[in-house]
Amino acid sequence: MLKNRIIPCLDVKNGRVVKGINFIDLKDAGDPVEQAQIYSDGGADEICFLDITASNENRDIIYDVVEKTSKKCFVPLTVGGGIRSVEDINKLLNCGADKVSINTAAVENLKVVLDSSKKFGSQCIVVAIDAKKNGDKWEVFTHGGRNNTRIDALEYAKQMEENGAGELLVTSMDRDGTQVGYDIDLMFKISSKVNIPVIASGGVGNLDHLVDGIKLGKANAVLAASIFHYGKHSVKEAKEYLDSKGIPVRI
Amino acid sequence: MNVTIVDYNSGNISSVINSFKEVAQGKVNIEVTSDFNKIKLSDKVVLPGQGSFKSCVDALNKIDGLTDTLNEFAITKKKPLLGICVGLQMFADIGYEETETKGLGWISGKVSKIDNQSGKFKLPHIGWNQINIVKDSKIFQNVENNSHMYFVHSYEFIPNDKNVVSATTDYSSNIVCSVEKENIYGTQFHPEKSDKLGLKIIENFIKI
Repeated sequence: MLKNRIIPCLDVKNGRVVKGINFIDLKDAGDPVEQAQIYSDGGADEICFLDITASNENRDIIYDVVEKTSKKCFVPLTVGGGIRSVEDINKLLNCGADKVSINTAAVENLKVVLDSSKKFGSQCIVVAIDAKKNGDKWEVFTHGGRNNTRIDALEYAKQMEENGAGELLVTSMDRDGTQVGYDIDLMFKISSKVNIPVIASGGVGNLDHLVDGIKLGKANAVLAASIFHYGKHSVKEAKEYLDSKGIPVRI
Repeated sequence: MNVTIVDYNSGNISSVINSFKEVAQGKVNIEVTSDFNKIKLSDKVVLPGQGSFKSCVDALNKIDGLTDTLNEFAITKKKPLLGICVGLQMFADIGYEETETKGLGWISGKVSKIDNQSGKFKLPHIGWNQINIVKDSKIFQNVENNSHMYFVHSYEFIPNDKNVVSATTDYSSNIVCSVEKENIYGTQFHPEKSDKLGLKIIENFIKI
């Protein structure tokens, strides 16, 4: 049986983890390679790096981080943040990323998803949708949540599937950082609308939220950052908890 | 010992290279090339493959003489070859992704889209699934039945002779996820991304 995936996400800025695992035995709390390895040793089904490097000059640093990590981690590695073109995707894949997650560029230029999924295969193209509720709809935001495109998130999700996305990473902007749980309604609606896997993101504060994302939101995978940071919960604990709630996970 | 990973522009093969180098630890020489002479001289060959069946077959055919070299290696000389993902699928006679495309014809059968039962099963089949080992295979030494492996694909290999199947996985139906026919091995899942057990499979292949 296919298992639900747990994906810890690390925010990387200028080559350093900015919100990381605060374990005592860590040699260097800001080293993404070391932290990714801890997650992978702990049973993470996939590792996600979100590059939040602000300046373009420092973008090359992420390639180096990905290259080093992929030599040590033998679970899938997804990299997102700042990807503008098919060439950027090519570079990341060559450095050892297994998938890339595309946000702003997917909205601004529909050809990026079309062309890259044709060139590299849908399996490595994840479209990240940042959505915010407005009335009874959700609107797609870009540029790290700063720009409202007014595009309907559900329609957009379907369109991205048709354009060749292999997966959707859906983040509720209303919930992101609040620790009150995923926007279950949004996850359920998008998951029911498309026939490709959906990764739920944004708002996890405890392990029950992960359960809800899968059971109620019908997500195929759950991504979380903060609950795994500072050692609040380990990936292993999360998996054991999901297992105890009858959710199929790889243990 | 020389193990060659065939680089024929079939998409992203960095993870395959990394995992083989990790297992080899410098004791086995890992080459990444499409050079015919190097392939001919190597002890084992790995045929990766990402993207569509058609794009991989096209990429293989684009390098004049590569298919002949692989045929000689695997069919005439009967040296060990491991196909991964679309690399395995290309063993078939024919594939139906994008358009009808001829495969290598090493293991008689076809590659068709997984039946998603009218949307009941999402495609691609992405994530960790358990393998059901149905035949003793050299690559599964010390890998327990029901172990988890990482999958990402929408098409499945359906061989005519079920005796070549060494493992299946359950997604919509019993999907063939590993084959062994004499010296030819293949996995639909990605051993290079399947954590320690995946590396074990790579180690087993190198040791054959």
